[in-house]
Amino acid sequence: MNNILTQIGIENYIFLCVTLFCIGIFGVLYRRNAIIVFMSIEIMLNAVNLLFVAFSTYHQDTQGQVFVFFSMAVAAAEVAVGLAILVSIFRNIGSISIDNLKNLKG
Amino acid sequence: MSTVLILFCVLSAITLLTAFLTIFSRNPIHSAIYLVICFFSIAGHYLLLNAQFLAIVHIIVYSGAIMILLLFTIMLMNLNEADEVHKPRFTRLGAIVSFCLVCLVLIKIFINSKPIVEYDYTGEDYQSIKVLGKALLNEYMVPFEFASILLLVAMIGTVLLSKKEKLEK
Repeated sequence: MNNILTQIGIENYIFLCVTLFCIGIFGVLYRRNAIIVFMSIEIMLNAVNLLFVAFSTYHQDTQGQVFVFFSMAVAAAEVAVGLAILVSIFRNIGSISIDNLKNLKG
Repeated sequence: MSTVLILFCVLSAITLLTAFLTIFSRNPIHSAIYLVICFFSIAGHYLLLNAQFLAIVHIIVYSGAIMILLLFTIMLMNLNEADEVHKPRFTRLGAIVSFCLVCLVLIKIFINSKPIVEYDYTGEDYQSIKVLGKALLNEYMVPFEFASILLLVAMIGTVLLSKKEKLEK
């Protein structure tokens, strides 16, 4: 089988991943809802994972895919703990808007 | 245009569109549904790159576990559009300005970079499940075990955090 990147080109993947990452950054900056901020972080993680796999195919190396595997495990742990923190914030404050989290401001 | 390129363009369009809709839809449940579609199209990208193992793991972990967790949390909090607070205008302006700056820097970098032209393909097997499993359990044995410890600790931490505290008397 022929290598897929000869037909698509690594540049297309780079542009796709950069755009996806920028969308994630914009979501983190723009939205105030903590759950949407979480989803934007997931989008950014996925953009980086996709670029890892693309370059693993380009170099024909297993290590990129192994790294993506570990980053998925870390992302799963991160989401579980983060959502538990969000639930306890919701119980104490009654909303999950990140504007309300300014108790440290004094 | 070859078939693969058309497939890539369609998948990319779906990915970017649903990612945009995730951020801009008012209802959090709609955002979550759009994010599921986005994750499935990214799994399609993995399949296109012939990384079958990662495509399956991505569907199971992201579209399965993480999205169920997110949807469950959204339903637990009973959020809807009315809860969305009105943002101050300068916050939005700051977000848009900093987003444009980031885009400008990244686009400038990629326009100035040298194009990659050479592709050498040796035909060696490097991403089948067999090869990946051997790499994970020989070369990356210790990180693999640590990942399991991390997941265990995250599970215990989640249970402790979300447990209701007893009222002290």
